[in-house]
Amino acid sequence: MSARPRDPMLPRSYRIESVESELPGGEVFSWTLRPRGGELEVGQPGQFNMLYQLGIGEVPISISALGEDGTLIHTIRDVGGVTRNMAALSAGEEIGVRGPFGTAWPVAAAEGHDVLLVAGGIGLAPLRPVIHHVLANRERYRRIFLLYGTRQPADILFRKELERWRGRFDIDVAVTVDRADASWRGDVGVVTRLIERGGFDPRNSIAMVCGPEVMMRFAVMSLERRGVPARQIYLSMERNMQCAVGYCGHCQYGGHFICKDGPVFPYDRLEPLFDVREL
Amino acid sequence: MQVIEREELDRLIGLLAGDGYEVIGPTLRDDAIQYGPVRGIEDLPAGWTDEQDGGHYRLRRRDDRALFGYVVGPQSWKQYLFPPSQTIFRARRDADGLHMEPAPVQAPKRAFLGMRACELHALAIQDQVFTEGPYVDEPYERRRGSIFRVAVNCGQAGGTCFCVSMETGPRADRGFDLALTEILEGGRHYFTLEVGSDAGQAVADRLSASQAGEDEHRASMAATEAAAAQMGRQLDTQDLPALLMGNLEHPRWDEVADRCLSCANCTMVCPTCFCSSVHDSADLAGSEAVRERVWDSCFNQAFSYIAGGSIRSTPVSRYRQWMTHKLATWHEQFGTSGCVGCGRCITWCPVGIDITEEAAAIRATDQRRKRRDG
Repeated sequence: MSARPRDPMLPRSYRIESVESELPGGEVFSWTLRPRGGELEVGQPGQFNMLYQLGIGEVPISISALGEDGTLIHTIRDVGGVTRNMAALSAGEEIGVRGPFGTAWPVAAAEGHDVLLVAGGIGLAPLRPVIHHVLANRERYRRIFLLYGTRQPADILFRKELERWRGRFDIDVAVTVDRADASWRGDVGVVTRLIERGGFDPRNSIAMVCGPEVMMRFAVMSLERRGVPARQIYLSMERNMQCAVGYCGHCQYGGHFICKDGPVFPYDRLEPLFDVREL
Repeated sequence: MQVIEREELDRLIGLLAGDGYEVIGPTLRDDAIQYGPVRGIEDLPAGWTDEQDGGHYRLRRRDDRALFGYVVGPQSWKQYLFPPSQTIFRARRDADGLHMEPAPVQAPKRAFLGMRACELHALAIQDQVFTEGPYVDEPYERRRGSIFRVAVNCGQAGGTCFCVSMETGPRADRGFDLALTEILEGGRHYFTLEVGSDAGQAVADRLSASQAGEDEHRASMAATEAAAAQMGRQLDTQDLPALLMGNLEHPRWDEVADRCLSCANCTMVCPTCFCSSVHDSADLAGSEAVRERVWDSCFNQAFSYIAGGSIRSTPVSRYRQWMTHKLATWHEQFGTSGCVGCGRCITWCPVGIDITEEAAAIRATDQRRKRRDG
C-alpha cells in the first residue's frame, strides 16, 4: 500500500507566535502559528484546520493567510465555548492543529477570468489567502473585485490591508455596511447591491462567496441575475465538523460531507439542496 | 457444501478458541438475544425464538432445540469494531509545550459466530465508511483485520425483516469465512457448512465433516427459501433515492415527526449507522486531557450545532436527515443503500415508526408527480 497520510485524528503541536486583535475588544483575533518541530503542512486557500485547545475542544477554522517563513495564520471569532477559551490564550502557548483538510478555492481555474470575491463578516478571512494569491500573481487574472459587507463599520476586518488593497489600481474594493454610523462615508446596504453594480464580464467570471448562509443565498441570486453561471460560483459551506475526514457524520449536507467534499463547492452541486430549510 | 452434526459445532467453537479467538455469539441475557462470549453450544439460546414487530420484541419458546432459531437481537456486531466509546489520544502540557499521544488500540482476535446475511452486508458497508475513503480509520481497520466470521443463515424471518427487498439476505453469499445453515429434521440436528475464505478452509479442514448429500443440500436451500418467503416487511427500492430527494418538503415528514421521540434508538441499533462525536475532558489542573470518540446520532439536536444554533433544530429535519441518508444519499456517498433490511430500527423504535411504511407513504403521495401534473 502506498504511503498513507499521517494519523488524521492526532493533532500536532503548534506554537502561537503572536496574537493580533482584529476588532476592538478582541472579539475577532488572528493567530500566527508555527509547528513545533517539522515542517508546516501548507494548505491551499479555502482549506481549513482543526484547532485544538487542551481539554477544551476543537474547532474547524479556515486558513486566513499563509504567513512568511513557515507560519500559518488563522482568524477566529470568539463566538462559542471553545473559541471563547481560545481568545484567552497568549503568544508562546501551544495548541494542537490537524489538517489542512477539504477543498480549496479555484484559484487556478479562475486564471484568465474576472474574479469576484464576495465576503460577509468573518467570511472575509477564508477569502483573504485568495486575495493574497491573485495579487501576487496579478497578471494571470483579468479584473478583480472584492465586495465586502459587514453589519456595521466597527466590524470591518483587516482594515490596514483593506486600505492597502483599496490603494491599488488593479483591484476594485467595495465595502458596504448594513447600518452606518456618523463616521461612515461609504456604502450602506447589503453586499448584493455591490454585485448589482456590475462592471465584470459575467460569463467570464469566477465568483467566490463566503459568509453567513443567508448572505450567500442572496449573493448567489444576484450573481445569477447578472448572468454568472452556477458552475462558476463557488461557496464555502459551514457545518458542525468533528473528525474532518468524513466519518463522524456531523457535516453532512444532502449527500455531501462538507469536510471532505467541501467546504468549497461550485454552486451547481449545491443548487438542488440550497433552498431546503434545516437540511 | 459439507455437513457437520450438532455436536461438531461445539468442536468448531473449541477450535476457534484454540486458535486464539475470543468466540462471540448469541446468548440469552436480559430477556433478549445478545452477543457475548460463548465457550460452547451450551451458551447458545437453544429452543428460543424472537417475536418482533414495530416497537415490539419478545422472546418465545420454540418447540424444538434450535440453537439459532431467532432472527436478530438489539445489538449488532459493529460494537466490536466501532466501539461505543474509544479513546483517541491523550494530551498533556508541560514546560516544553503541548504533547499528544495516540491511545493504544486494542484489536483482539475475535470470532463472530452467528452473523446473519444482513449483518455481513452491514459489515461491508462500515468497511467502506471507515477504510475505503481518502482517510483510513486505523483502529477500526486493525480490529477488523482480527476477526473470523462464521455466518449462520436465517431459517426464518422476523416480523420486521426485509432483507429480500434490500438484496442482502436471507442467505449469506459472500463476506464470510464459514457459513452454516441449521437443519432440524426427522429427529436429526445438523448444519450444512460452506467455506468462504482461505482462513475458513483452514478451520473447516480440521472439522469432522461429510460431503452434503442431495437431501441435505436441498434442506439447506429450503431453509433460506422459507425465510425469504416470510419477510415481515418489504420496501420498494425502485428509484428510491430520487423519490426521497425529490420530496424533501413532503408533509409526511411533519406527520412522522409528530410521532418521533428523537430518542436515537434507531441509530443505536442500526448496524450501519456510523456517526460519532468527540468529547474532550481535562484534569482539574488543566495540564492533562483526553479525547474520546463516542457514538452519536443525527437525532440529537446538538449533533448539527454550529455557532449560533443547531442546523436541524426540529424533529422533522432530524428524521428526514436519518431516513434520506439511509435510503438516498448513502448511494451518492458510498454506492450502496445504507439500509440492510434487518428491521432493528422498526422493532426498537419505542413508538414503532417503520421506515418501510414511511417510504411507502411518500411513494404513494409523490409530490413530484403532483408538481408535474400541476
